[in-house]
Amino acid sequence: MALEKILTFAAAAFLWAILFRNRGRTRFILIASVVVIFWLQPALPIRGFDFWAPLATLALVILVWFIAADAPNQRKNYASLAIVAGVVLLLNLTRFIPALQIFTASRPPQIETTLLVFLGIGLTLTVLSRLTRFSASFLTAGLILTIGLFLTLKTPALAYWTVYFFRSLSGQDVYASRITDFAWLGFSYVAFRLIHVIRDKQMGRLPSVDLDEFIAYVIFFPAFTAGPIDRLERFIKDLRGSDWQSDILTAGQRLLIGLFKKFVVADSLALIALNDTNATQVASAFWMWVIVYAYAFQIYFDFSGYTDIALGIAALLGIKLPENFASPYLKPNLTQFWNNWHMTLTQWFRAYFFNPITRWLRSWEKPISIPMMILLTQVATMLLIGFWHGVTWNFTLWGLWHGIGLFIHNRWSDATKAKAAAWAITPAKQAALNISGILLTFHYVAIGWIFFALSSPAAAWQVVLKLFGVH
Amino acid sequence: MNQEIKPLNVLIKGLLLFALFNLAIAAWQPGVGQFSLYNILYPGRERLPFGENPRQSYNLSLFDLDAMFASHVIAGTPKADDEFRVVIVGDSSVWGTLLRPEETLAGQLNAEELNACGKTVRAYNLGYPTISLTKDVILLSYAMNYDPDLILWMTTLEAFPLEKQTSTPLAAYNEEKVRELATSHQLRIEAGDSNFVKKSFWDKTFIGDRRAWADFLRLQIYGAMWSATGIDQAYPTGYEKAQTDFEADESYHDLTSPLSEDDLAINALESGFRVAGETPMLLVNEPMLISSGANSDIRYNFFYPRWAYDDYREIMLELSERNNWMYVDLWDIVPANEFTNSAIHLTPAGENMLAKKLAPYVLENCR
Repeated sequence: MALEKILTFAAAAFLWAILFRNRGRTRFILIASVVVIFWLQPALPIRGFDFWAPLATLALVILVWFIAADAPNQRKNYASLAIVAGVVLLLNLTRFIPALQIFTASRPPQIETTLLVFLGIGLTLTVLSRLTRFSASFLTAGLILTIGLFLTLKTPALAYWTVYFFRSLSGQDVYASRITDFAWLGFSYVAFRLIHVIRDKQMGRLPSVDLDEFIAYVIFFPAFTAGPIDRLERFIKDLRGSDWQSDILTAGQRLLIGLFKKFVVADSLALIALNDTNATQVASAFWMWVIVYAYAFQIYFDFSGYTDIALGIAALLGIKLPENFASPYLKPNLTQFWNNWHMTLTQWFRAYFFNPITRWLRSWEKPISIPMMILLTQVATMLLIGFWHGVTWNFTLWGLWHGIGLFIHNRWSDATKAKAAAWAITPAKQAALNISGILLTFHYVAIGWIFFALSSPAAAWQVVLKLFGVH
Repeated sequence: MNQEIKPLNVLIKGLLLFALFNLAIAAWQPGVGQFSLYNILYPGRERLPFGENPRQSYNLSLFDLDAMFASHVIAGTPKADDEFRVVIVGDSSVWGTLLRPEETLAGQLNAEELNACGKTVRAYNLGYPTISLTKDVILLSYAMNYDPDLILWMTTLEAFPLEKQTSTPLAAYNEEKVRELATSHQLRIEAGDSNFVKKSFWDKTFIGDRRAWADFLRLQIYGAMWSATGIDQAYPTGYEKAQTDFEADESYHDLTSPLSEDDLAINALESGFRVAGETPMLLVNEPMLISSGANSDIRYNFFYPRWAYDDYREIMLELSERNNWMYVDLWDIVPANEFTNSAIHLTPAGENMLAKKLAPYVLENCR
């Protein structure tokens, strides 16, 4: 995300906070978020896709709200629907005023097409409202649809054929199809929030929520592209509350720290961080370690910087988004690392995958052994986290690396806990144990980043060999 | 006693402090360029920083001469008693477009392992990829800080047109340095030369000058990649060979035949020799591509119609004899197939021919 856009978000949030305090906050967030998802969507080679992708996000969000949420206030929801449609139409109308085409990457499509899409969404919602007895199936269908779209986006072959399809639909050269043409901004995070909502609805623990609150939650503009992944009930509690004024100072601090982390530290480290090009150019083990370290810190400062920015802007609006990082590189083991790295993602996986699958395995008539269960659940969870970044061999290996690492740590910790406690009886010994744990964990994570950063397992393996002086 | 913190006050105070910081930078103009991680954390660069694609070349173009020289290996290499120090100034042909550091003229001279009067010859590449005599004089004036025993000044007619002297970015962004040279070494510069980039007070603030600050920092950071890879230039897998077929065009910079000394920046050459002072300096008319393609009876190459270049060579010969300058004309020593993407860019083999031709001049100038 470009600095000027972040500063615009911050200025808008600050001005709103100063001028309007908490009056009309939900509406402000709703309108700003709708505009922002169009504004942030980069230009794409598929004609009109930079307009249709955010519109598809909105349609999906509205659809999921419709099938999952108990809507307490129908009139208000119709008004919210009208506001969203109005904002989209206004953005679409900028096709006639080039000077105002600042919120879309390219000229918006013909307005008749947008109206047809609106009609399609309206008809779908009407049909769904008549089929109330199938509502449980709709939830499953919504879940499958969201996961299906997510998989399509993250699997290179599926993404390619989707691009191919859309190119042929728009009469463009299909042989120029690239998977990068299907860069649907923010969908990963949107999908996770929608899955959370659908699953919570299925389990009967979703609070009632109006459409404006729901859209504000799913596409909340400070957290749209890089998280954190908040929970609906927590988000709407803040949204409905009014105790926010004292946060302005803290919000400003958080925002400045985030900007420094992202645009000074991370962007500087990016100049020397591991990538496909320099991986083949660096010959010595020493410099290879340097660029691997640079990558490890770059990804941390980049991601945690964005989180700070999101938390800062959100706090200006009175929303206290959950923390995502808590000094993860200073943790003495891999389990603690994952409890403090991209925390909202790991919590999400714990809630919606790890815990249910563990419960399911335990429910077997002849349960498998505990170590085997730990191995299966850890590896499966980490593989899924890897797939969240992309269904590729490198992310698979990265997931495996961490899954196996977590399993080994679990077993090692079980086997040596008593001995370690007996040995580390002085503060110096405890510190030594802690520091060696931190160093070991950091290096394990850093080596894992090699698979994450590079595009092929062969290239990653070459880097690993170079790190240890084997050419 | 807990006093309530007012966010607006904090914002105003923060903005005031930032404004003060900016004003202080503008008023003070700290010469941070002299501080460098090169030659301390990283080895110095073999040639001056230049690069249009930093992400690939781990190098970038900047206009801070202090920072540029501080990053060069010459700044971190104390001259040993047994070193015969040769500095080479010139354009991109000296800097070495498409060449690795060891393939440039300086690299090839070093590879020759010459011994001059019992001293080891060590050549330093101080070329820079724009063509202007004034730019060369600026670099020469910096080079003198490093106590050279011999200077090789490689040049070509394209460096001589008057309008090219200060339009080159390195000169345009360093008016103060150029004016210093005008005062100290009679470099002729017009009082109201519009090529110079004038910095207002606001341009000198931290915000106004943020590009220069960022360039300085990026130069330091890219030092790590220079150390790690030895790469300081993006090497394309293929390139378009220098043009050999031309239109029947005899024009050259709005000049008319015959070329006279008044048409050229001879004063910059004279200033260069004044800058060199007692240090021997060999002026070299560098090799260029002599085309045999369409209309090659009219033009030698992309740069030069024959009439202009022939006149230039005569002027150079006369000038050097008149001023008793050491001068060697090597314009035709490299065959056309040893040029790369320009009429003055040599292949490694071409550079080797040039180095072998210049080696005797290096040896006979030792003392």
